[in-house]
Amino acid sequence: MSSAMIDLILQATLDTLYMVAVSGVISALFGVPLGVMLYVTRPRQILARPVLNQVLGMVTNIGRSIPFIILMVAIIPFTRLVVGTSIGTNAAIVPLTLAAIPFVARLVEGALNEIPPGLVEAAQSMGATPHQIITKVLLPEARGGIITGLTITIVTLVSYSAMAGAVGGGGLGDLGIRYGYNRFNPTIMLITVAILVVMVQGFQSLGDTLVRKSDRK
Amino acid sequence: MITLSNVSKTYHLTGTKSRLPFAARRRDTPPRTIEALKSVDLHVPQGSIHGVIGLSGAGKSTLIRCVNLLERPSSGSVVVDGQEMTDLSATELNQARHRIGMIFQHFNLLTTRNVFDNVALPLELMGLKRGAIRERVLPLLELTGLADKARQFPAQLSGGQKQRVAIARALASEPRVLLCDEATSALDPQTTGSILTLLREINQKLGLTILLITHEMEVVKSICHRVSLISDGELVEEAEVGDFFTAPRTRLGREFLNDFLQLEPPKALVERLEEEPGEHTHPVVRLAFSGDAVSTPLISRLARECGVDVSILQAKVESIQERTLGLMIAELLGSPEQTCRAIDYLETHDLHVEVLGHVQRDD
Repeated sequence: MSSAMIDLILQATLDTLYMVAVSGVISALFGVPLGVMLYVTRPRQILARPVLNQVLGMVTNIGRSIPFIILMVAIIPFTRLVVGTSIGTNAAIVPLTLAAIPFVARLVEGALNEIPPGLVEAAQSMGATPHQIITKVLLPEARGGIITGLTITIVTLVSYSAMAGAVGGGGLGDLGIRYGYNRFNPTIMLITVAILVVMVQGFQSLGDTLVRKSDRK
Repeated sequence: MITLSNVSKTYHLTGTKSRLPFAARRRDTPPRTIEALKSVDLHVPQGSIHGVIGLSGAGKSTLIRCVNLLERPSSGSVVVDGQEMTDLSATELNQARHRIGMIFQHFNLLTTRNVFDNVALPLELMGLKRGAIRERVLPLLELTGLADKARQFPAQLSGGQKQRVAIARALASEPRVLLCDEATSALDPQTTGSILTLLREINQKLGLTILLITHEMEVVKSICHRVSLISDGELVEEAEVGDFFTAPRTRLGREFLNDFLQLEPPKALVERLEEEPGEHTHPVVRLAFSGDAVSTPLISRLARECGVDVSILQAKVESIQERTLGLMIAELLGSPEQTCRAIDYLETHDLHVEVLGHVQRDD
């Protein structure tokens, strides 16, 4: 294999990592609070706001139901507004993040749902404010579940990032399609897939380790 | 210390209504309501241990949750430590809750915090500094016998130890009142005993007022001063614990007691029991006696002075805290006049006599 090819693979790997890392971090920053909102505004919850809850739920569902490839091209004007361009790796990060936020939110909501309601009741009986319940009870107790959710998100982002080529985002998936598939080069295809497999395994193990460390059950 | 006046709690089941199809919803079906509490009055004086006993679904949990407003009563007044709880703002309510500890059937400890940090939680919520928290938590771990468990996590503890952590946590904010929601129901009998002993110690050492709800007579018997009986959202009976065990006034009270004492007349006899006395029948009586009567040879005197024979079917002596309580189911054999006199005799000697029925003579 030529050194130019190796450089390409290296660059694509870095692009994928970059897209996944940035969109992963940003989607966590927005998705976790949204997930908490979805949970605490439910009826009979600590900040019950049924109407707001319905609206948030609907927005989240809409976000989750749009196929990623369509989302990516549909929000091009928004992407240009945010990163100044509609082409390239940075341009791919915007739709990736936007797709991941509702995904994270639902997983976080699910993790919070696993907490026995008695814990919240106990905190209330101690005179905890809703804010204290969120920071001292809900988030710490759901930590394992939230990390699991973020791991799933990262892995999903790795696979979504393969579509980034549609907006010239680069990355391993794009390389595999253009050099492996379109130019009939099965070696490249295999290498990109192999790197993706290793990457996913790596993220999953990292996530599992973090969950194990945070879970005391 | 705790006074509930005329407290009612009604649940409106709107949830089921809105799930109906739209057409059905418009019909004038009255919304389903459940009256969990029906104008409950309860007073627990400072320093006493008051038990509320009842079957599942009788409203016990709702009642105890109305004290710290985890459930807001639909109407009525809740006064704790001189403060009307229902009038407080959210902030004031949280302040007031610092003075009311609560423990639960399933402990409700945070799994991600170790014992020390669990006990420290209410103090963190109050905004205490690390050093001050340490000063409060360590003595509580001593008190509850957990000093060597401070760094362990709840998953590593037994049920009894978890409840001790919960008790230490409930005491951390130095409350005036402790609410116990079925605190021993998930524990085995021995552990129950040790937790009850701890609660009694706390009551005596710290002068803490305790309101507990339970379905176990054992709990009432070992630590309560007074007991209320709740049925279908109403308090149907209230008494000193000694009096309640001697002579419950309601049918439900008797059922609880008989169930607890396992003091029922033999089955074969129950089938032969008749409500009204006949020509050749003997009364079957349930005798309860406490105090001096326990140590008096009443049965043999009864035989001598009234000329009746006494056939003891079942008997039991129970210690209810400082009191000794004797219980007996017996058949009084003699003429109707003699047995009547015998019952009078027993009653004048401070025995509680309940005629369970009459059986035909065998001969």
